[in-house]
Amino acid sequence: MAQTLSEQILSRAAGRPVSAGEVVTVNVDLVMMHDSLSPSIIRVLHEELGAERVWDPQRVAVVIDHVAPAASVQTAEKQAEVRRWVRAQGITHLFDVGRGISHPVLVEEGLARPGMVIVGSDSHSTAYGCVGAFGTGMGTTDIALAAATGRTWFRVPETVLVRANGRFRPGVSAKDLGLKAARLLRADGATYAAVEWHGVEFLSVMERMTLATLSIEVGAKAGIVPPTGLLQTVPEWLRVEDGARYSRVVEIDLDNLEPQISAPHTVDNVTDLRDLGRVAVDVVYLGTCTNGHYEDMAAAARILRGRRVAPGVRMLVVPASAQALQLAAEDGTLATLLAAGATIGTPGCGACIGRHMGVLAPGEVCLFTGNRNFRGRMGSPEARIYLASPEVAAATALTGYITHPQEVVDGRYLEL
Amino acid sequence: MARVWIFGADINTDQIVPGRYAPYMLKNEDDLRKYPFIEHRPDFAGNVRPGDIIVAGNNFGCGSSREYAPLALRMVGVGAIIAPLFARIFFRNALNLGIPCFTADLTGKLRDGQEVELDLERGRIHTDDGRTLQLPPPPAFLREVWAAGGIVPYYRKYGRFPGEG
Ligand code: SF4
Repeated sequence: MAQTLSEQILSRAAGRPVSAGEVVTVNVDLVMMHDSLSPSIIRVLHEELGAERVWDPQRVAVVIDHVAPAASVQTAEKQAEVRRWVRAQGITHLFDVGRGISHPVLVEEGLARPGMVIVGSDSHSTAYGCVGAFGTGMGTTDIALAAATGRTWFRVPETVLVRANGRFRPGVSAKDLGLKAARLLRADGATYAAVEWHGVEFLSVMERMTLATLSIEVGAKAGIVPPTGLLQTVPEWLRVEDGARYSRVVEIDLDNLEPQISAPHTVDNVTDLRDLGRVAVDVVYLGTCTNGHYEDMAAAARILRGRRVAPGVRMLVVPASAQALQLAAEDGTLATLLAAGATIGTPGCGACIGRHMGVLAPGEVCLFTGNRNFRGRMGSPEARIYLASPEVAAATALTGYITHPQEVVDGRYLEL
Repeated sequence: MARVWIFGADINTDQIVPGRYAPYMLKNEDDLRKYPFIEHRPDFAGNVRPGDIIVAGNNFGCGSSREYAPLALRMVGVGAIIAPLFARIFFRNALNLGIPCFTADLTGKLRDGQEVELDLERGRIHTDDGRTLQLPPPPAFLREVWAAGGIVPYYRKYGRFPGEG
């Protein structure tokens, strides 16, 4: 019988054919944990489960990204404890301060590959769907169990198909498609299900990650882009099959897609940017596992080239990974951003969860390229967060109010 | 008697415990018990009593994978959470910690602050005005994990995961 990508991957991991609705135990290929939850995972692993070692030190990756570099004595102490534990366990895949956010890093390092089952201590672990892996987020206890045993259990998800048709217009990008899907599906539209994103094979791996990370914002367990056109080898059993069953199909016409904006305080509170009205901002924040990639910095730089950020606006750029920063340094993107007046932060999560590096004050408004605009997410619960693409972020930085990229188009500077 | 705490729809994990109050950020991790709903409903942590019930709208617990959100609720003794739909990671974390979550829509059927009695065995709520609300029975594997007191005791007891033959 034809299977969805999730069914194919979980069948292989379970060692037998499985289909949506079944509860199955599977082998996991990779376990990811980050600094924020590693201390509690380590405690559950040793103290509650009584395990002495992780099941396979080659297949556990530890990333220090959530508060990197450390912001307080507490976080520094806990990071030191995690490093000691990593050494004692013989774990080789430690990605320390400055290497970047777990999700792009594991893809860049070739650890996340097509057809794998990857569990991470982070809800945006759906990100690994950008290379056709079944990536999913779990909490402390589940990750401790997976790290101890190499296994976990799942209810095999139904699949919601988002099919994109056509090509983006200038100034419109993967983020707009992701926000449009959230607008149509709503925050709970794919709860307990997986999302497959079809019709996007023209996107780069990190642009696919934008879609894969936004999948959790509609409640999804996994968000998978069919692994076509990748440099990585794709197992021959992994491909979209005619006749696979989708619980729901949503079609999005890219040719007519407008820049989207998600207004406070829920991700699915999305409208066309044109319908928003004038919203002045204090901060433009470009970063995160959703839109802090090289492609995103380059898209912003194309709009900012030769111009300056508006007076009174702080533009913070926090690259998603060291590799993204390196690419931006090599081709002049970084110089363009700096010349425009942007501030560059250490690759990592930055202020995405409101812990350091640009936390918002009461009353402040932030145009954010991230994935959550929940009240209090980036600092004060009295701040307001709008989510949009890097193109909208750059246009907004130039004017000081949330701006359609077309409004700042100028043939001399901008070839979108 | 348990007290009912009513919450709206789409309560996210940043509302349950903001990331800034994570154990990772605290000097004393036991302080987490002071922070459930610290910004969203500041009267909660100081007044909730062991066994109290959260009755919420759709999509409870959406957002991050932070287990310290349900952990904070367990620390103050929340006896059950009832919502028409739970976000999957929250549901799983709560299950793992042994907090009973019932998928049922009780919005409009109970008042905030109402005194009720929860009969976990039978999945029933007896209200102070003499009504009995029947909760849908959860699947057998969930009941087994609750009965064991969470996924770690379950795994230690059976040596396997739910759904494993
Ligand atoms: S960038 Fe934000 S959403 Fe992505 S992993 Fe870090 S904290 Fe989570």
